Amino acid sequence: MGRKLLLEKAHVPGIRSYDVYRREGGYRSVEKALKTMSPDQVTEEVKKSGLRGRGGAGFPAGMKWSFLAKPEGVPRYLVCNADESEPGTFKDRYLMEFIPHLLVEGLIVASYALGSNRTFIYIRGEYAWIVDILEQAIAEAKNNGWLGKNILGSGFDCEIYVQRGAGAYICGEETALIESLEGKRGNPRIKPPFPAVKGLWDCPTVVNNVETIAAVVPILNITGEEYAKIGVGKSTGTKLISACGNINKPGVFEIDMTISVEEFIYSEEYCGGIANGKRLKACIPGGSSVPILPANLLLKTAKGEARMMNYESLSDGGFATGTMMGSGGFIVLDEDQCVVRHTLTLARFYRHESCGQCSPCREGTGWMEKILKNIEYGKGKKSDIDLLWDIQRKIEGNTICPLGDAAAWPVAAAIRHFRDEFEWHVQYPNAAQNRNYGLAHYADPLPVAAAPKA
Amino acid sequence: MADQPKLFKVTIDNITVEVEAGTSILNAARMIGGDVAPPAMCYYSKLKGSGGKCRTCLVEVSAGSTADPRPMPKLVASCRTNVMDGMVVKNITSERVQDARKGVVELLLINHPLDCPICDQAGECHLQDLSYEHGAEGTRYEFPRRQFEKHNLGPYIQLHMTRCILCYRCVFTADQLTNKRVHGVLDRGDHAEIATYIEKALDNDFIGNVIDVCPVGALTDKTFRFKNRVWFLKPVDAHRNCPKCSGKVTLWHRGDEVFRVTGRKDQWGEVQDWICNDCRFEKKKTSDWVIDGPTKVSRHSVISANHYVDTVKPHEALPEVMGGRQPRLLMNIHSVSEVNKPTIDLSKIQGPAHSGDFKKGE
Ligand SMILES: Cc1cc2nc3c(=O)[nH]c(=O)nc-3n(C[C@H](O)[C@H](O)[C@H](O)COP(=O)(O)O)c2cc1C
Ligand code: SF4
Ligand code: SF4
Ligand code: FES
Repeated sequence: MGRKLLLEKAHVPGIRSYDVYRREGGYRSVEKALKTMSPDQVTEEVKKSGLRGRGGAGFPAGMKWSFLAKPEGVPRYLVCNADESEPGTFKDRYLMEFIPHLLVEGLIVASYALGSNRTFIYIRGEYAWIVDILEQAIAEAKNNGWLGKNILGSGFDCEIYVQRGAGAYICGEETALIESLEGKRGNPRIKPPFPAVKGLWDCPTVVNNVETIAAVVPILNITGEEYAKIGVGKSTGTKLISACGNINKPGVFEIDMTISVEEFIYSEEYCGGIANGKRLKACIPGGSSVPILPANLLLKTAKGEARMMNYESLSDGGFATGTMMGSGGFIVLDEDQCVVRHTLTLARFYRHESCGQCSPCREGTGWMEKILKNIEYGKGKKSDIDLLWDIQRKIEGNTICPLGDAAAWPVAAAIRHFRDEFEWHVQYPNAAQNRNYGLAHYADPLPVAAAPKA
Repeated sequence: MADQPKLFKVTIDNITVEVEAGTSILNAARMIGGDVAPPAMCYYSKLKGSGGKCRTCLVEVSAGSTADPRPMPKLVASCRTNVMDGMVVKNITSERVQDARKGVVELLLINHPLDCPICDQAGECHLQDLSYEHGAEGTRYEFPRRQFEKHNLGPYIQLHMTRCILCYRCVFTADQLTNKRVHGVLDRGDHAEIATYIEKALDNDFIGNVIDVCPVGALTDKTFRFKNRVWFLKPVDAHRNCPKCSGKVTLWHRGDEVFRVTGRKDQWGEVQDWICNDCRFEKKKTSDWVIDGPTKVSRHSVISANHYVDTVKPHEALPEVMGGRQPRLLMNIHSVSEVNKPTIDLSKIQGPAHSGDFKKGE
C-alpha cells in the first residue's frame, strides 16, 4: 500500500471541523514555519522537496516561488487555483470537500513564504457548496489565531478570501483567473509579463493549484528531503489521481508515483479493473487535454518497458508514443467506446470554452467540432481526417494560451493512434451508426498504429 | 551621453536595424518597411494593450539575443514581443511563418460572410488585403457561416457582427478615448460578439473613432452607408478649427460633395489623430473645411485607381486568382439587374457607372 500524505486523515470522522483536524496534528506546519523558519527557508524546503505543480504543467513549485519578484513596498499575492474544470479531473474537489483545513493550512504556510498578506482561493463556480465549507474552515482558523494580524506573534498578517468563478473553464488558466479575480472578463493575458512580475492588480503573484498548496503541509512536517525520497526521479511525493470511465472503482486515489499504469488500473487498491469484464481500449491519463493512448502504448512504452504512473514515464516517447501526467484526470475507455465520438465530445468542450481572443483557437475549435460531428454521424469524407490534422496543426503553438494546444492535442492524438477507426467511420457510415469499431488491434503488442500523415 | 537611449541590433529577414530597447519586433520590422513588416490586424500603436490576438503577425525568432542565441520554440506575435540585442527574426524568409499565417488567414475567413460586394469597407479593408497577400485561393470550409442577432448601435455607427474579427481595437478605443464604455465583447469562443449591453446606443464625442480603427467592415459610418464605393471618392486632407479635437481629417469627395470624413491614416492604416464626432458626422460641406491638399494614397490601393479604365475583366482574372479553378455560378446577376450588362465595357467608363451608361449601351 502506497504512502498517503494528503488523504491519510481525510476519512477520520469530523475531520472537516477544526477541533478534529487540530487534534489529528493539523496546523503543526504553520507553527513550525512561523516560529522556527524564515520565509526563504520555507521556500528552500519546498525546493528541496522537488514538488511539481499539480495543476497540469508540472512546473517545480519551489522554483516558481523563488521567481516571485519582491520590489519594496509592493504587495505580493498568492492565489490558489481551485477552478478545476478539466473534464476528468475532480481531485481538488475531493480534497477541499473532505479535508478543507489541509488547504487552509497549506495556504498560510505558502503565504508566509511568499509574503502574501491577502491570499485568494479562486474556486470553480459550480463548486458552490465547497465555498461554504472553505469559508467555515477559514473562519475557524481565524478564530483560533491561525489567520489575522500577527499570527502566532510572528508579525505576519494574513487573510484568506474565497472567490467563486462564473462557470468558465478558461478562468483556470492562471492569467485569465487573475483577470477574472480583478472583476474583468476572463481573457488570458499575453505573456510576458508573467504573474511572478505582474499578476493580480499588476503586483507580483504566484498561482498554485489546490493540491500543490496542500502538499506544502506534509513537506514541512516531514521535511523536503524526506518528501523527495518518495517517488522516483523528478516525480517526488504523492499525487492525487481522479479516475473515471469504465472502471470498477472510480474515485480519487493518492499514489506515490512508483506504481505502474497496469497496476493502477487493475489492482483492487485502485481502479479495480475494467468494469463488466470488458477489455481496456484506451485511456487519457491526465485530464482531457493530454493525448489519448491505445491500451498497448498505455501499458508499455515504445521501448517495451512497463509504463509507470509518474511524470517521466507517462511522457516517455513524446507525443509520438507517449502522453502526459497533466492534472491527473484518469479517463478509461473500454472496448465498447468509440474514439471518434469521444474526440467529438472533447472538441465540443474546447469549442465551447475557448475565450475567443485569438483567431486560431476561436475559429479552429469550432471547425474541428463540425468536421468531427460529420464523421461521427456518417457524413464524413476521407479527406476530412487529413483536414482535421491540418487544422489542429495550425492551432497548436500559435495561440495566446495553452487552451489552443489543449484543444489540438486530443484531436491529434486520436488521429495519430486511432486513424483506422476514423477511416472506418468514413468508409462504413451506416455501420458506424449502429455499432462500434470495437477493440480492434489497439491492445495488441507493439509495434502499432499507422504513423501520422503530417 | 547619459540619456542616450540604449540601442539594440536586430536582424529581420537578413536586414539589420538598430532600434531602441523596448521596441517590438513588429515596429522594428516596420522601420525596415515593405514586405518585411508583418501584417497586423489587431495591434494598433495608439491603443494601449492592443495586439497579440489575431496572430497574423507571427514570426520566427531564430536567435533570441546575443547573450542567449537559442531560437524560440514557438512562433511569436511580433506586435507583443520586444526585440533583444542580437535577435534574429525570420518573417517572409520563414516557411513556418508563411504556413502558419496562411492558416490564420484561412481561419479568419471561414466564418466571414465574404460580402465585399455590399460592404462599405471594400477597397480599404485590411482583411481583403491580408487574404489577397497571404491567403489561399479557396477555402476548405463547408459549413454554414456564423450569424448573429442584430444590434442597433444608434444613429452614427453600423455594426455588422458577421464581419468582425474580434481584434478588440474598438473596445480599447472606447475604453481609452471615452469615459464610459458601453460596448464590449459578450459571450466567448466562436460565439463571442461585439455588442452593447442592453441595446445601448454608442454616444460619446469620440466614439466615431471605432469606425476608423476597425480593420474590417464590422463598424462602418451610418451617415455614409451605401452612398458610394471608396475608390470613386477623392480623398483630400483638410482641417478646421475644432474645439474638441485636432480637426485634422481626410475628406472623401466626389465632385463638390463630401461623402464622408475620416481620420488621416498613415501607411499602416492607423489614424494620425483621433477626431471627434462633430468633425466626422456633422461637417459634410466643403465650406466647413480648409483644404490642405490631396491625401497620399498607396499606389497599390484601389483607391488610387479611382476609375475602371484598363482594369482586367473579372471573368479573365478569376481563374488566375483562383489557382486555375473556375468560379461556380451561383446566380447570374444580369438576369435580375440592369447593372454591368455584358455588352457594356466597364473599362471604357471613367468613374462610377450610372444607369445612363447602361441605357447607352443598349
Ligand atoms: C485552459 C486552462 C485551464 C486550466 N485550469 C486549471 C485548473 O482548473 N486548475 C489548476 O490548478 N490549473 C489549471 N490550469 C493551469 C494553470 O494555468 C496554472 O499553470 C496552474 O494553476 C499553476 O499551478 P501549479 O504550478 O501549482 O500547477 C489551466 C491551464 C489552462 C491553459
Ligand atoms: S488559445 Fe483560446 S482560450 Fe487561449 S487566449 Fe486564445 S482564444 Fe482564448
Ligand atoms: S468590430 Fe471591428 S474593431 Fe471591433 S473587434 Fe470587431 S473587427 Fe475589431
Ligand atoms: S497584430 Fe500581432 S497578433 Fe494581431
